[in-house]
Amino acid sequence: MPAPLAADRPDEIMRVEQKSATQAIETNLAPGRAREVLRALWRSKTFVIGLAIVLFWVLDAIFWPLFVPYDPEGLVSPTTLQPPSAEHFFGTDDLGRDIFSRTLAGARPTLTVAPLATAIGVAGGILVGLFTGYFRGIADDIVMRIVDALLAFPLIIIAVLVISILGPSITNVILVIGIVFTPIVARTVRSAVLVERQREYVAAAKLLGNSNLYIMFAEILPNITGPIAVEITIRLGYAIFTSATLSFLALGIQQPSPDWGLTISIGRVFLQTAPSEVLFPAAALATLIVGVNLIADGLRQVLEE
Amino acid sequence: MGRFLVKRLFLAFVTLFCVSIVLFLVAQVMPGDVGRAILGPYATEVQVRALDHQLGVDRPLLERYSTWLGGFVRGDWGSSFLLHRPVASIAFDRLYNSLILGGFALLLIVPTSIGFGVLAALNYGKWPDRVISVAGLSLIALPEFVTGIMVLVIFAVELGWLPASSHVPSFNPIDWFRQLLLPSIPLMFVLFGYISRMARTGTIESLRSNYVRTAILKGLPRSTVIWQHVLRNSLLPTITVISVQTGYLVGGLVVTETLFNYPGIGKLVLDSAVQHDLPVLQATVLLVAVLYMALTLFADVLYTLLNPRVRLAA
Amino acid sequence: MSAPHPSASPPATGALAIDHLSISYLRRDRVLPVLTDVSFHIEPGEAYGLVGESGCGKTTVAMAVMCYLPTNARIEGGHIRLRDTDLTRAGEAQLRSLRGNRMAMVYQDAGSALNPSLTIGRQIAEVYRFHGGLDTAAAMDAAAAMLETVQIADSARMLRRYPHELSGGQQQRVMFAMALATSPDLLVLDEPTTGLDTTVEAEVLDLVARLRSKFSASILFISHNLGIVTRMCERVGVLYAGRLIEEGPSREIFSTPRHPYTLGLTRCVPNRIMRKDAHRLDPIPGSLPPLGLAVQGCVYAPRCPIARARCREEDPPAFVSGERRVSRCFYHDEVSGIPRSEEALPAIGGESAGGDLLRVEHLSKRYGAGTNQVVALDDVSIELEAGEILGLVGESGSGKSTLAKCVVGLLEASGGEIDFAGRPLVRLGDWRKPELRRKLQMVFQNPDTTLNPSHTARRILTRAARLLSTAGSSADVERQVTALAAAVQLRPHHLDLKPSFLSGGLKQRVAIARAFAGAPALVLCDEPTSALDVSVQATILNLLVDLQTKERVAYLFISHDLGVVRYLADRIAVMYLGQIIEIGRAEDVFSPPHHPYTEALLSAMPTIDESEGARIKLSGTMPNPANPPTGCRFHTRCHRFLGEICREREPPWQEDGEGHRYRCHIAPADLEAAQQEAMSRPAKDGNRPEAEIRA
Repeated sequence: MPAPLAADRPDEIMRVEQKSATQAIETNLAPGRAREVLRALWRSKTFVIGLAIVLFWVLDAIFWPLFVPYDPEGLVSPTTLQPPSAEHFFGTDDLGRDIFSRTLAGARPTLTVAPLATAIGVAGGILVGLFTGYFRGIADDIVMRIVDALLAFPLIIIAVLVISILGPSITNVILVIGIVFTPIVARTVRSAVLVERQREYVAAAKLLGNSNLYIMFAEILPNITGPIAVEITIRLGYAIFTSATLSFLALGIQQPSPDWGLTISIGRVFLQTAPSEVLFPAAALATLIVGVNLIADGLRQVLEE
Repeated sequence: MGRFLVKRLFLAFVTLFCVSIVLFLVAQVMPGDVGRAILGPYATEVQVRALDHQLGVDRPLLERYSTWLGGFVRGDWGSSFLLHRPVASIAFDRLYNSLILGGFALLLIVPTSIGFGVLAALNYGKWPDRVISVAGLSLIALPEFVTGIMVLVIFAVELGWLPASSHVPSFNPIDWFRQLLLPSIPLMFVLFGYISRMARTGTIESLRSNYVRTAILKGLPRSTVIWQHVLRNSLLPTITVISVQTGYLVGGLVVTETLFNYPGIGKLVLDSAVQHDLPVLQATVLLVAVLYMALTLFADVLYTLLNPRVRLAA
Repeated sequence: MSAPHPSASPPATGALAIDHLSISYLRRDRVLPVLTDVSFHIEPGEAYGLVGESGCGKTTVAMAVMCYLPTNARIEGGHIRLRDTDLTRAGEAQLRSLRGNRMAMVYQDAGSALNPSLTIGRQIAEVYRFHGGLDTAAAMDAAAAMLETVQIADSARMLRRYPHELSGGQQQRVMFAMALATSPDLLVLDEPTTGLDTTVEAEVLDLVARLRSKFSASILFISHNLGIVTRMCERVGVLYAGRLIEEGPSREIFSTPRHPYTLGLTRCVPNRIMRKDAHRLDPIPGSLPPLGLAVQGCVYAPRCPIARARCREEDPPAFVSGERRVSRCFYHDEVSGIPRSEEALPAIGGESAGGDLLRVEHLSKRYGAGTNQVVALDDVSIELEAGEILGLVGESGSGKSTLAKCVVGLLEASGGEIDFAGRPLVRLGDWRKPELRRKLQMVFQNPDTTLNPSHTARRILTRAARLLSTAGSSADVERQVTALAAAVQLRPHHLDLKPSFLSGGLKQRVAIARAFAGAPALVLCDEPTSALDVSVQATILNLLVDLQTKERVAYLFISHDLGVVRYLADRIAVMYLGQIIEIGRAEDVFSPPHHPYTEALLSAMPTIDESEGARIKLSGTMPNPANPPTGCRFHTRCHRFLGEICREREPPWQEDGEGHRYRCHIAPADLEAAQQEAMSRPAKDGNRPEAEIRA
């Protein structure tokens, strides 16, 4: 345990003095905020490690055809369920396919679904959040009730419900995740908007005669990019998580895709005898998710300064 | 205080009502004719229609909805198409199982997470903090089936210490551990992530606050500062998180239960959705919603009671 | 002549001795010096004031004394001694026994300084339990007694209350109760009244004065407000960029300064007799140095009117510049001869049409309904002529900001009429025509949030020019932007910066330029200088006066600072709890007969010149706007309370025919006599710090 509790408030007083001093001096010659944020991100170990991991998987998702030793969907070896060996680094699965190749290729389905779903959710969430947060009133109350209703269950139940109606397919997964994310993102955006609209520059903008649309998009939106950026990275992590879970529950991408969740769900049966089929995709999925969350956390820490 | 409670209850009911409507409509839209699903592809049209009539699926939408909702409120949830047992008894059995599993996980993990969260906050910026934060972060992020698989592979397959699929344990404490430990580990990881993060954030904010500064400048002993001033305020939001997480336990265990073949309510929802067993599906999802809202409401009430600022305003 | 102050540390006889203290902060591998060679002593029982502007290091001094510096602070040299204990060498356990016991601190924003989850009784009792060794019951009794000492009524019930149930003034009193519980040797006050209303501030300061007669603590009073420090302290030290540049008795140091900076500060603040059309405020040229800048020579040299080559090369040591006076200036004896800058008064622009520009009649604003209704504005009527400045004065809850927002259309009034240039205004600004927006604009209070942080100054002004001015093409708009920038003395390179790179003063200039983009006829100024340092405030006030006279603009100037209002305003309106209780020409409002509330506000105002008369203490707290008192709203606190009539009937308007009116039951002649008498009465004991110095 550290000795004085003052140690837990590192820069506080300094910040008070410097803040008030910076207020008073003519111009602060420190570099731009965006550049400062980037520099701080660079310095954050969490962020850099996360970025490295994610970058690895992104490159893999794009370029795997250049690196895989075997065709991930083709039957290769008559010997099924082989443990890792020199020819098959991760072994073979129940149909004789090379697990190493399948693991590498499995990044693509996940990294296609998740970013698209996140994009839909974020776009929808920003629109809803901006409008409800800015206008408030009855529309806001109604929309927030709907949001509460939607969030009345664990999301996985909603996803399960909807997919079992619409049928499992990549598009449906993307849509469901995207739509389910919209209210969550909307909530975050709305809170940020609620804070900004109290500020005097918004009042000044109204006084000048700017239209509400202008104020929402040109005045308020640029100032809430911080929370939105953090939310995007968090949602991305959840999108990966949810899409993998859905495939695991056989509600997502279908055979013979090398998607990780799907592979795990198939290979589960053989867990006792040949765990490789399950282990390596699980590890791959784990590293990707951890990477995305490290980026999210690094970003959040830097923006909190 | 009373008025606040009534208002929240009213809102909860309204939400649940809307949910029930949506749920009902959704369930009705499911592809596949019910009678056909039960009798299979070889039954004749006449037989299917007769069964449909008997089950009442050919009556107008509004009538079916009100019958169903009325039944639900009274406790009559109909019978499962596939299992031929009253839905209510199935649902509650499974609910009980899930609650045991969830309760076990909570019991083990809540004190641990709070402890680690506070520890991380007190060591802000130093390595214990980094390690705990990153660990918590990663553990939230990993899907339960991933952690579940890892745990299965290591403990059930390789080491063989614990069984790979779990039954509901008897009252013997040793059996509790045998059956519940493995499936609860993924749960505990997720819970640890959320709870320790909340405890950490709350404690850090508390440490940075002016009232802690006052307490220190009053020359109070360190233990008093931490317990009376820091933790008293920082644990408030943590309690809310715990209550909400309990809600998650109610229906969110789908994956874990599937992985470990544990007969819980999440698995029931999944199975009935996939098999189009409508009465079970409708009733169970609505049950989950009711419990989730009840737990959230409980969390809010608890927070209001514990926080003097909110309590006196309400 | 003048000899440097001896550098060897004298034997510690005083209560607090700070000798050659230097502190730096480590920030990202850079060492930033914050305090350099600061030395001062406080005698037992003496109150010592420490003043300075933003970033001068005052808070660091306070934290250093309490030994609560952050981890990245480093003491580079010097000692801090409390009586005979060397604080710089004290260990953790020793510090714990000293803090709250022999030295205590009270700082601003008491609301956040109290634990929201513990009753105030417990929080006060804590001090007694841990430092006094009392058991719980005895500690509670002692806490109750302490509450009475700090004049919180009904102490038994108060013990069980939570901090958020108390008003700001009461919370601050609780802080004092905790601080003085153990009769410490030293009480550190760091801006204890900042953020409190004027009348509440006066009460708290009176409390401090009264407590001084009960407790023998020495006081280190840190503030940016020169008037408060003059009133409360025997001696004052002035900090500039981390150096103590002057020290002396409080009355003398501001009446006859011996350092150019101190002189500059006193000339920035409008004194009793200055008026905008007759005197110019004398701002200090240049700006404050950035925190931690290493400087060669005298740190004030870049801004000093008498700086010479020697000043830029050598750092002046502390000279004895008079009896008990110290100054860090080589030429301190020349300071008294520094002339005022002879800036010409602004030329008055063309004549205006006369007649009322703005008429507000029976305006009301209600929030909520039924039993929960809050009446923010109640039957408010004011009038404003073209080209004149109407000062609007009032404390929190008075409704002055609400009034401004209703006039300008940001809020929709519930009733009443607003006429502008002879025509009625649509209530909600959204529906008003562009020509109207051009003529009616507003400048806001907080420089940090008044500009969009993501837009450059140029973009802000361009948008304003495009929407408000008659400029057509982009070339015209650009020209307009350049003209606006020049009018507020912004340099071209400022325009391409975003607000976070501009100082508070510069940001307000941009905000002012924005408001003037359409050549307005009326600009509402909502406390535009309250968040700025004294020297910056002077430049902005000068700017506002220039613009006003050049463009013949009318201002509705809202402020809680009576000194500024007295300097600026032609006419003044005073608000209390949503009502206008007095309005008239400035000289009429500031002299008897005037409303008792106005009288109290005037006497509460701390100034650096002689205080006039005894201070009026208002009783009770500001009533809740949701539940205003019956009859005369001010009767619950009025020191001239007549009787039942004040409680039952709304007071009538007393008019003197020259546009001055106020609401009071007391007959004008009687009121005038009573108020004249009060003004000529000498100040009571509690106000005269000299009487309180203990040996």
